[in-house]
Amino acid sequence: MIRAPPPPAGLKTPEGSHTMYHIISIRDFEKSDLDHLLDRAEEFDTEKYRPRMLEGKLAALLFFEPSTRTRMSFATAMARLGGDSISVDSVEASSIVKGETLADTIRVVSGYADAIVLRHPKEGAARLASEFATVPVINAGDGAGQHPSQTLLDLYTIRQSMPIDGLDVGLLGDLRYGRTAHSLALALSLYGVTLHTIAPGGLEMPANIALELRERGMDVIEHTDVEEVIRELDVLYVTRIQRERFPDSASYYNVASSYQITPDQLRGVREHLMILHPLPRAGEIDPAVDQTPYARYFEQARNGVPVRMALLYEVMK
Amino acid sequence: MSRKDPSGGLVISPIKNGTVIDHVTAGEALNVLRILGITGSTRECLSIATNVRSKRMGRKDVVKIENRELRTEEVDRIALLAPQAKINIIRDYQVVEKKGVEIPHLLRGVVRCPNPGCITNTNEPVESTFEVLPKGLHCLYCDWLIKNDIAGHII
Ligand SMILES: Nc1ncnc2c1ncn2[C@@H]1O[C@H](COP(=O)(O)OP(=O)(O)OP(=O)(O)O)[C@@H](O)[C@H]1O
Ligand SMILES: [Mg+2]
Ligand SMILES: [Zn+2]
Repeated sequence: MIRAPPPPAGLKTPEGSHTMYHIISIRDFEKSDLDHLLDRAEEFDTEKYRPRMLEGKLAALLFFEPSTRTRMSFATAMARLGGDSISVDSVEASSIVKGETLADTIRVVSGYADAIVLRHPKEGAARLASEFATVPVINAGDGAGQHPSQTLLDLYTIRQSMPIDGLDVGLLGDLRYGRTAHSLALALSLYGVTLHTIAPGGLEMPANIALELRERGMDVIEHTDVEEVIRELDVLYVTRIQRERFPDSASYYNVASSYQITPDQLRGVREHLMILHPLPRAGEIDPAVDQTPYARYFEQARNGVPVRMALLYEVMK
Repeated sequence: MSRKDPSGGLVISPIKNGTVIDHVTAGEALNVLRILGITGSTRECLSIATNVRSKRMGRKDVVKIENRELRTEEVDRIALLAPQAKINIIRDYQVVEKKGVEIPHLLRGVVRCPNPGCITNTNEPVESTFEVLPKGLHCLYCDWLIKNDIAGHII
């Protein structure tokens, strides 16, 4: 078996001890696993946790690609649980491992720490790391691949306001390259959500992802225009449209402006509509939207900490 | 055993020991060899017949490999290219075993992942690993899906 056994720690080895598990891809999770982690995050959010739950534990944060925000939230989560972290940033990482394979680095770091949090530019790096590690590995983003802690915090933010089951969720923006959108869609397919995709021409969701979602029983409805669907949505998840995807800045501005969310577009939407964004945003959401009750992206960013506390705790407890 | 078809059909000399891969989808014989890892630079003594007339298939390819009995794990990957292939093990000129090929669940080190960003395309000590699904081959590292032209991705 290549896939890491999914959480939670209900899995036992034949001898009855806990199986070590890794957090690699949302595809490895069943709904009950997600719910378990979200429940745990909620406990930690409401401070029903003992601050020393991970005392004496050490997490190695190996970041082969810059991501200050994700790294800080893992370090914060570890500190809040009374544990320590050693952190290697992208520049240090590349000099430490000069000429060394990731596999070897992981074997070595397994000897130092109780868990490894890995951000790496290559897709599948976390899966590979889990095969060489003797401690649990948490994927903090592998290239254009998976970033499960982001997805969990997205789910967590939705669940704070309403049950996820059966919602109408819109995904707006770059659905072709946007890994957060793919991973979130996969997770939402476990909750009977109806997915509305709204993407500029050329940035539509890849056919095989849409197929996979439908195979998982999800209703996926494509729209070309957010106007067309915004009043039916419970959640609107906006992702970044990157300038690099366009041949010139004129065509970028053209698309970007027609996909921008402004207060005008929010007339007549459902009262409980939540607008989410993984941040940082470029121009996808007019800052004037920040003042509306629909804007929930800063709250979402804050939720990174309890969710990462839950992940760290579940793999190291 | 060295029968020659008087009507001018298939003429390949018999082998004493080895493997005959029969009923290969016409045109796939060379890809079958590639997926088995048999190339011009390996040692096997081979005869290949392509587009041979067949009662069952219209046209077929046949591959004969002397002095090597292919194992089931090796031959199953042939099913990806030639699902009707029959493997005949020959000992002392006789067919002593005949089996079909079954599509394997996992392919390790057989096809290269087309995703340049995939960790299996680096110097890491890891073999490409694909799960075989009805819709294609799914990379277990980067989730890439190879939908067609499997032969074009053989390592
Ligand atoms: N000694 C041999 N050397 C080379 N080829 C052989 C030898 N014996 C059999 N073959 C070939 O192996 C294949 C299978 O042989 P077999 O005698 O089982 O034929 P068959 O009854 O037509 O079988 P099938 O039903 O699989 O077509 C045929 O293509 C035959 O030409
Ligand atoms: Mg025959
Ligand atoms: Zn791959």
